[in-house]
Amino acid sequence: MGPLAALPFSLAPFPTEVPGPAQGPVIPDFGGGGCPDDATFCWSWVRENWGSQLVPHLVQHIYITAIAVVIGLVISLAAAVLAYRLSWFEKGFMAFSTVLYTIPALAFFLFFVPITGLSLLTVEIGLVGYTFLLLFRNTLTGLRSVPPGAMAAAAGMGMTPREIFLRINLPLAVPSIMAGARVATVTVISLATIAADVTPLGLGELIFTALHTVFRTELIAAGALAILLALVADALLVLAQRAATPWIRVRRGRTT
Amino acid sequence: MPHLTGPAGSDAKLPGSDHGADRSAAGFDPEHDLLDGAAHGERRSGLEIEFRNVTKRYPGQDQPAITDLSLTIPAGTICCLVGPSGGGKTTAMKLVNRLIEFSDGDILIGGRSVRSVDVTTLRRDIGYVIQQVGLFPHMTIAGNIGVVPTLLGWSKERIRDRVAELLDLVRLDRSLAKRYPAQLSGGQQQRIGLARALAVDPPVMLMDEPFGALDPITRAAVQDEFLRLQEQINKTVIFVTHDIDEAIRMGDSIAVLREGGVLAQFGTADDLLANPADDYVADFVGADRGLKRLSLRRLGELVNGRAIPAGAPTLTADTSFRIGLSVLFATNAPVLGITDDAGAPLCSVTLEELRSAVAAEPGS
Repeated sequence: MGPLAALPFSLAPFPTEVPGPAQGPVIPDFGGGGCPDDATFCWSWVRENWGSQLVPHLVQHIYITAIAVVIGLVISLAAAVLAYRLSWFEKGFMAFSTVLYTIPALAFFLFFVPITGLSLLTVEIGLVGYTFLLLFRNTLTGLRSVPPGAMAAAAGMGMTPREIFLRINLPLAVPSIMAGARVATVTVISLATIAADVTPLGLGELIFTALHTVFRTELIAAGALAILLALVADALLVLAQRAATPWIRVRRGRTT
Repeated sequence: MPHLTGPAGSDAKLPGSDHGADRSAAGFDPEHDLLDGAAHGERRSGLEIEFRNVTKRYPGQDQPAITDLSLTIPAGTICCLVGPSGGGKTTAMKLVNRLIEFSDGDILIGGRSVRSVDVTTLRRDIGYVIQQVGLFPHMTIAGNIGVVPTLLGWSKERIRDRVAELLDLVRLDRSLAKRYPAQLSGGQQQRIGLARALAVDPPVMLMDEPFGALDPITRAAVQDEFLRLQEQINKTVIFVTHDIDEAIRMGDSIAVLREGGVLAQFGTADDLLANPADDYVADFVGADRGLKRLSLRRLGELVNGRAIPAGAPTLTADTSFRIGLSVLFATNAPVLGITDDAGAPLCSVTLEELRSAVAAEPGS
């Protein structure tokens, strides 16, 4: 199973069998709760499957997202630092990440299946690829956002290029990097649902399962959780950014 | 704390000024000197700056940006570099801390070539103030002032004490230390810029149109404050400005540069106004140089025993001739009374006496 085994939770496949007509007149059972199959949304199904289905898949989804964003951030930061000094590298990496971004998500995932298999690795390669454009561009913009006067003063005061980069450019890039990280995280949470087509992980798996049935509750519950996850992640990143950049809020405070 | 200059050790550092013979013998050591200075309440005063036939050529340009510039700025004085845009005044200033490297000649600080010092050490030991101030927006005021001390590895306590001391020196409240630059007014930011440049008590300050972005009232206040400060700290200052009035006000000496960085005239404000070397300088100082020159003279120079007649307008002794004349013309009074700062009468002068005093050389 390769990378799948690394995940710290059970990956037992979710049962997807739909009872066939051969069994005679049967009320299809979509996982308990005693819901009628034509109900738009059935709370008792959610209660019944909360601990066994929804939470484990939500946790998987968080892991998938976190892995992709963290790896994407590390690579994008390194690339942006390089691009800050080498303009040819900036052009090259920008073109590369733009091309990746334009590839349809499902095609991107399936492209790697012959190479890396129906695995988490395939999913992460795709997801990380989508973060590059946002994170790289934002990081580079941030590194260049230092006021010209501050750069001139820093050089005149005897800061070495390395000190200027670490003490001035990098901290001043944090707001822009965090803005990129917010968009990238929300994008990955959304794209990761599609990734379930490759490997049965995350909230996407529940959605794909439900697509094959007439039972709506599972689809709606998983989708709602994905949306909720995106909102919560975004809010947490906003809080993190505020904590990391105390000078931003005072500036706003003064103008209002 | 390792030595800042690598293998050359203290040999590579700027020597002490004439004011401290023992220091110049030992060689100038920013770390050691400052520790001692702080402990004993001593201060480093300015060092003489000498431009010796300095030329700066840029590749691919026929005319040098600075042409054979020679001038000596005495220790502890302010020299204003003035001239038109593109006249090379900022370039000349940046040659001193080697933000721009000169092509020929040499620049000496306290007798030692700036090229004999490691460039990072040199810059950290020269105060640098620019028009945009260039405070770092993500650092508090204390963080900004403490940038160079931090790079030099000072202890937290020592930096904190120095920050408080500098805030007092530039007359800002110590509570500002925890604020961010965006929370300060333009005038306050410029004072923080000054405090930051003074953090390690450098012997030399380079100031590039430092007050150019301030409104006229704030500007005048900050100018006065800097002159008052300079009386305490006695730095050798190179002050770049395009404003001849600012140069007259701030400069112990003024160097007028023309296109190509050629020195048109170097002298005191009064030299320039009374005896401009040529039409270019005369043009630059302005057709009203006669009046400007009167700004340099104080009514206190005029001493006679005559009492102030009743009803005559009075001015204090440190008022300029220019204001004195203006008051005489505006009130149409025959005589002007002069008092001391407290308002006690000193003497009175007529328009004719003022005119003959102007005609005579200053100080005679």
